[in-house]
Amino acid sequence: MDYEAVIGLEVHVELNTNSKMFCGCSTTFHAPPNTCVCPVCLGMPGVLPAINRKAVEYGIAVGLVLNCTISKWSKMDRKNYFYPDLAKNYQISQYDLPLAYGGWLDVEVDGRTKRIGITRAHLEEDTARNTHTLGGGDSGVDFNRSGVPLLEIVTEPDIRSAQEAYAYLTLLKQILSYLGVSDCNMEEGSLRAEANVSVRRVGDPKLGVKTEIKNVASFSGTYKAIEYEIARQISVLSRGESVVQETRGWDPDRGITVSQRSKESAHDYRYFPEPDLVPIAVNDEWVEKIRASLPELPRARKQRFVTQYSLSEYDAGVLTTTRAMAEYFEETVRAGAPPKPAANWIMGDLQALLTESKQEISSCRIAPSDLAEMIILIEKGTISGKIAKDLLPEMFATGSPPDKLIKEKNLVQLSDISELESIAREVIAANPGPAADYRAGKTKALGFLVGQLMKATQGRANPKLANELLIKELNKIS
Amino acid sequence: MPKLTVKDVEYVAELAHLTLDGATKERLAQELGSILEYMDKLNELDTSQVEPMMHALEMTNIFRCDEVQPSLSRDVALQNAPKTDGEYFLVPKILDTE
Amino acid sequence: MAKEWFRLTAHEIRDAVLGGAVSAEEVTRSFLSRIEQVDSKVCAYVDVWRDAAISRAREIDARIRKEGFRGALAGVPISIKDVLCTKQGYTTCCSKILRGYRSPFDATVVERLWEAGAIFLGKTNMDEFAMGSSTENSAVQLTRNPWNLDYVPGGSSGGSAASVAADEAACSLGSDTGGSIRQPAACCGCVGLKPTYGRVSRYGLVAFASSLDQIGPFTKDVEDCALMLGTIAGRDPRDSTSVDLPVPDYCQALNKDIKGLRVGMPREYFTEALGGEVREKIEEAIRSLEKLGAEVVEVRLPHTEYAIAVYYIICTAEASANLARFDGVRYGYRSPRATDMRQMYHLSRSEGFGPEVRRRIILGTYVLSSGYYDAYYLKAQKVRSLIRQDFVKAFEMCDVIVTPTSPTPAFRIGEKTDDPLQMYLSDIYTISVNLAAIPGLSMPCGFTKGGLPVGLQLLGKHFDEMTLLRVADAYEKNRGFDIGHPPIN
Ligand SMILES: [Mg+2]
Ligand SMILES: [Zn+2]
Repeated sequence: MDYEAVIGLEVHVELNTNSKMFCGCSTTFHAPPNTCVCPVCLGMPGVLPAINRKAVEYGIAVGLVLNCTISKWSKMDRKNYFYPDLAKNYQISQYDLPLAYGGWLDVEVDGRTKRIGITRAHLEEDTARNTHTLGGGDSGVDFNRSGVPLLEIVTEPDIRSAQEAYAYLTLLKQILSYLGVSDCNMEEGSLRAEANVSVRRVGDPKLGVKTEIKNVASFSGTYKAIEYEIARQISVLSRGESVVQETRGWDPDRGITVSQRSKESAHDYRYFPEPDLVPIAVNDEWVEKIRASLPELPRARKQRFVTQYSLSEYDAGVLTTTRAMAEYFEETVRAGAPPKPAANWIMGDLQALLTESKQEISSCRIAPSDLAEMIILIEKGTISGKIAKDLLPEMFATGSPPDKLIKEKNLVQLSDISELESIAREVIAANPGPAADYRAGKTKALGFLVGQLMKATQGRANPKLANELLIKELNKIS
Repeated sequence: MPKLTVKDVEYVAELAHLTLDGATKERLAQELGSILEYMDKLNELDTSQVEPMMHALEMTNIFRCDEVQPSLSRDVALQNAPKTDGEYFLVPKILDTE
Repeated sequence: MAKEWFRLTAHEIRDAVLGGAVSAEEVTRSFLSRIEQVDSKVCAYVDVWRDAAISRAREIDARIRKEGFRGALAGVPISIKDVLCTKQGYTTCCSKILRGYRSPFDATVVERLWEAGAIFLGKTNMDEFAMGSSTENSAVQLTRNPWNLDYVPGGSSGGSAASVAADEAACSLGSDTGGSIRQPAACCGCVGLKPTYGRVSRYGLVAFASSLDQIGPFTKDVEDCALMLGTIAGRDPRDSTSVDLPVPDYCQALNKDIKGLRVGMPREYFTEALGGEVREKIEEAIRSLEKLGAEVVEVRLPHTEYAIAVYYIICTAEASANLARFDGVRYGYRSPRATDMRQMYHLSRSEGFGPEVRRRIILGTYVLSSGYYDAYYLKAQKVRSLIRQDFVKAFEMCDVIVTPTSPTPAFRIGEKTDDPLQMYLSDIYTISVNLAAIPGLSMPCGFTKGGLPVGLQLLGKHFDEMTLLRVADAYEKNRGFDIGHPPIN
């Protein structure tokens, strides 16, 4: 019998507002414990929340790009449960009236397009962080993350494989980065995915018992965890046993999911409308204003790159991976570089330098206008492509413009015919054997002589010119 | 059939993170049972056409600007903590299964 | 003998201080020695800020001298219910769970009184977390009614009411979720106002039931009530439910006639059940209003009988969430017996909260729990709509509504039965006001033969405190008796 997997994903995104969801504390990640806290996010007696407008607007923006309906009327609710990382022992979240609902996202898997339904996207607040590594048998709680705005995005159970889940997560992350609403930094926990996985016999309309996979630190971890979980559930069912509904964690070292059965079996959250906050009414005017401010998204940008810059689908895809890279490319072109070489330099040498130094293109020290200038100098023949390959790391390290480095290091290409002629004569004189070989019809010897000429000019000779002049000189003497 | 059993009280006390002794549970089951019975009075009213009054006032869209305001100094944040190491609020070891 | 400044009203004190007749320091010392003299009997205060009050008074005197400071409450000594956050002293809600808690901030109302030049004398006793009607649920002490020390002062703001009645403060701030300002004001013979929900910022009020709570003043007369309301009212960005409406000059309500004003008497409030001396005094007061030219009309509030059920569902549900934060993690009591997380929560909360608070948390958790939400919480919110509509309709027929504040005067300490339902039923006249979010004012309208004050309640339209104060002031100036001072020295 064949089985199929039914998977739904819940993604929690920390929105990168300046201040928290309900108070003015900074959302910065790198702060010493309990220094970005105030009475509100510590849940002290007497405090009241006040909604950050920016977080609502980010939520609407995400809702729009996920093709959701934006609720004309939504509200905040209290979700009640006790945990040391939850300052008030209730989380302010959205229950029955989320900010956005009923959308979809098309992802590409194996060259096919798969539509994944988005059930809802709602606003809530993040919790504090617990530390278990302190001495003395205690756990420590740091409330710096308490109250950071979160958007929870829930899919329909439309996903059928780990591959589809991975494609969805990667695309979602790409879109969220494009929107600029989140840092999407998984190491810092600003993007967290949970998967609900069940399997059933193919053709069975009824859903199987699901497990919830939590606390996975990366998308590739999620991929592996889902793959493992599908296989595990199929083997449980094949043995004639049944799957237990539970939460499971991912153990990356052993490559397995493990039960995290909680003893508090009843999740009775006692949701009710947050009386300290008034409802959120979103009218068309507000939605349209946000829609108008949305940036061009990866898919559209890729298509435009293909048509506008005559790039291949592949190149356009790579260049639009991140908004920062796409912007970098376009600025380079705007500064005068022809698109194709610009694309090659960015995707090739520049990307290699970035990867090697673990840098993001957004913090790259080479200004796009400087890269453009370098490419123009190559096109004009001022420097050789080979020189440029050495020049780029210099520019990358120093942030200096190419003309300055070229002057400093005397890297201008030698295209002066009389100077090159005399060097060519010297090279021929110094290498009588190969010269004779060439004249004897062994044209292969020319390569050696060109190499010698390049060496003599520290690579600065215009290779095409050098070739021509050597042939001319060799023929002349005969 | 009593409106509220001792088991109900135990379930709710667990949700509210309260521990009650046996006598208190019995008494609460009785007291709250009669209060709940009194509350059943509301079922005399047909409210199928009534909107709930979820908020005391009819207001919408009260927001604040996304501006950072000064936080508390850590000393003040921790000044009321029952247990702290000067950096963190300390609690008995949290187990993953909790 | 030194002049008894503590006998004066806030506006009298302010005028004397600004007019140079007396220094704020002398006034403050007068109140402090009054507290020293009588508070061992009344037990209104849980904390007196003696030194801070004197240095604050000196600061006010200096500012008047040097800067020509003219604050609306310059030099007026005020007490504060212990449910309001203050940087000075402790904020405990008279609960063991918050013993020793220091708030890092002042409530918005406290800031506003401070800016107006008030002098804070200390914090007053209350029912734990404002849950009660007699102040007997305080974990700290019993407060006694200044008119008869064997009687309760009412509650939950009993300490505030008693401090004003016993001349231990010129005014006080309390909170009112279901009558906790108006009922003790009635019991102690002072003026108490619960403003319209949203009129006064709740920031810094330790929440009991967020959709019902409102802060308001206790004063000796209506003029002081207008003065206090004008000082604390207005939009606060820290409270999203505070309303952005201009704050009128409430003193404009004073010394006006009430000819032609329609006074509504709700039929449902004047049933057989209301008897004895309270009914007598209320009817007397209504006759006085008629004599002043008001027109008395009967109005209907048909859903009155459901109000108590609605109230105790909503307030306990909200309280169960509001009180969840008291867990021994960030502040407050942590049981020394706790060795693991579960015990930290369970023991700290069970040992830290008193029996009435625990009872309400259990009830509130139950009505929200899975399977019961629609039957209780949602149903209550729907009936709340009906109760609110009742008032809106009634106010088409009248400008204010008059009712008793409480069916009975203050009762003897320890007299109320252990039956919580019976206790809840005595809130009948006050709770609908919180459910409807309208303003309500209680003021004395006479004494029982036993010498206990009786309270008259005036209710107004949303945000129409002005008319309430106008009627209250007209009545106060023509009621034909003097409140005088309780026989305590
Ligand atoms: Mg969530
Ligand atoms: Zn904060």
